[in-house]
Amino acid sequence: MTLNRLLSNDLPRSKLLTAVLLTLFLLLALAPFIAPGVNALSVAAKALIFIVLVASFDLLLGYTGIVSFAHTMFFGIGAYGVAIACSRWDATWLSLGLGIVTALILSLLLALAIGLFSLRVRAIFFAMITLAIASAFQTLASQLSEITGGEDGLNFRLPDMLASGYMYLEQPIFGVSISGRFLTYYILFFAALAMVLALLRIVNSPFGRVLQAIRENEFRAEAIGYRVVVYRTISSVLSALFATMAGVMLALWLRYNGPDTSLSFEIMLDVLLIVVIGGMGTIYGSVIGAVLFVIAQSYLQDLLKLGSDAASGLPWLAALLSPDRWLLWLGVLFVLSVYYFPTGIVGRLRNRAAKL
Amino acid sequence: MALLSTTGLTIRFGGHVAVNAVTCQFAPGTLTAIVGPNGAGKTTYFNLISGQLQASSGSVTLDDVDLSNLSASARTRAGLGRAFQLTNLFPNLTVLENVRLAVQASRDGTHRRGLNLWSIWSDHRELTDRAREILNDVAMQDRADSVVANLPHGDQRKLEVAMLMALEASVYMFDEPTAGMSADEVPKVLDLIRKLRKDKRNTVLLVEHKMDVVRELADRIIVLHNGSLVADGDPATVIASPIVQEAYLGMAPGVQTNGVGA
Repeated sequence: MTLNRLLSNDLPRSKLLTAVLLTLFLLLALAPFIAPGVNALSVAAKALIFIVLVASFDLLLGYTGIVSFAHTMFFGIGAYGVAIACSRWDATWLSLGLGIVTALILSLLLALAIGLFSLRVRAIFFAMITLAIASAFQTLASQLSEITGGEDGLNFRLPDMLASGYMYLEQPIFGVSISGRFLTYYILFFAALAMVLALLRIVNSPFGRVLQAIRENEFRAEAIGYRVVVYRTISSVLSALFATMAGVMLALWLRYNGPDTSLSFEIMLDVLLIVVIGGMGTIYGSVIGAVLFVIAQSYLQDLLKLGSDAASGLPWLAALLSPDRWLLWLGVLFVLSVYYFPTGIVGRLRNRAAKL
Repeated sequence: MALLSTTGLTIRFGGHVAVNAVTCQFAPGTLTAIVGPNGAGKTTYFNLISGQLQASSGSVTLDDVDLSNLSASARTRAGLGRAFQLTNLFPNLTVLENVRLAVQASRDGTHRRGLNLWSIWSDHRELTDRAREILNDVAMQDRADSVVANLPHGDQRKLEVAMLMALEASVYMFDEPTAGMSADEVPKVLDLIRKLRKDKRNTVLLVEHKMDVVRELADRIIVLHNGSLVADGDPATVIASPIVQEAYLGMAPGVQTNGVGA
């Protein structure tokens, strides 16, 4: 069965999970038609970017058992690669391509260096090393304002074919104008789809199984003949490259990049939360978690406003539901989900299906 | 005609010499039991051979190849298979996946010992078939899809042996393979160990406390005491020798001679 092969023989194994994944797939595939508004489409694009970012982090955390805080650094490298190339040079496909390739090479070298020098140490020390490197990189990015635009970041232009003013058809289809923006969204969509399928293939390859063995019992993996450092290093390099591509997607969509947009520690924490909520060690979990998180982040405030207005008769409840409290509620949702679904959404759904 | 030999193998932890200049040869097709009181250095000696510890001095050679400077994983690839005293498996993977990982580690093929990133794991039929064959050998085929963490202790020990068999090593090292097993499970594991040297090419090393197990399996016993080799010979002679009676059995006869069924 071709679908089976496309999914690398890692089917969802739960009817509910299949339904959720299909719904998300259709929502994202048809987003420009379902929600043509600028804001709604941006939410969908952000979801696509986070799917790649989170899934690549899951390769590291969920499959290999490596705790790294430097993941947003690679995200930032991708975004800065595009931003710097396109703001210094003309807005051509060539500069865009050069920016992407340079970013990928830089990420590869950095991840390789971090991996070879520090993956031999214990997990907790590795986590601290990555934390230090990520902070150093963030400081560097805001200090080198000549190149990076400092705290203000960089606004830049992309090739005209991607601009929202560039019309491919004179008449809109189903009320949607077929513009450069429309094209950009579908570039993001197919890039995300291809990368998720690639990650699914990697984690289900003979290599991916060794990663899981290392996560489960590093000592034994070494004892049956696997060079653990080599596998870990390859895993962290791959994960860094995918994160870089997520950064490229971000820059393509925003046409802007700054330290807060791609390098902030807040994004790192979000990614960590999403992996746990979705279910560590399942690429599907990253997909579901990322979409849910981005939607919650974008619409929880609106939802709370509705609730707050409805509860205006009860001042204390209205105050609690004030849109400003959205972070509090997100936190509550997170604590509840970790408490009730320790194996994440996907783990929970698969367990349920296995018991039926 | 030694397959495996250690020459002057020594390790010091600070001032303490845990294994002291142990020189010993192990011929193909033999099963050697290593006995000695607790703290005699048996497991440390094992760790030095399989590479979990690096020796302070001395060497380990397998088939005339010096392994002394190789890592544990490189020694495994060279043909040293090791099972551990405490069960040491991949707990959240299935029984089949555990064995298949060991098969994959041992065999070069299109999966290139796990460095293949772009094929689907379940497509490598030769790995799956071999893993199932081994599970049949240890009578665990019904458990293939169980998650290891949910297995009873005895099955986990059997799986340890199965993973060792999958490595297709030339030397197999067991550290108290029957520890903590119920009386009816012990013979099954002993049968599996016997099978491993059936073709007379493999060497088996066994650390074991239970004297009846040693008597039944071993064709040679070496005795370690305070890190030194103090006796070496066929089981009957070694067990009867005064040095063993004093150094080993004399230490705590109640515990040491208490084998299964004794």
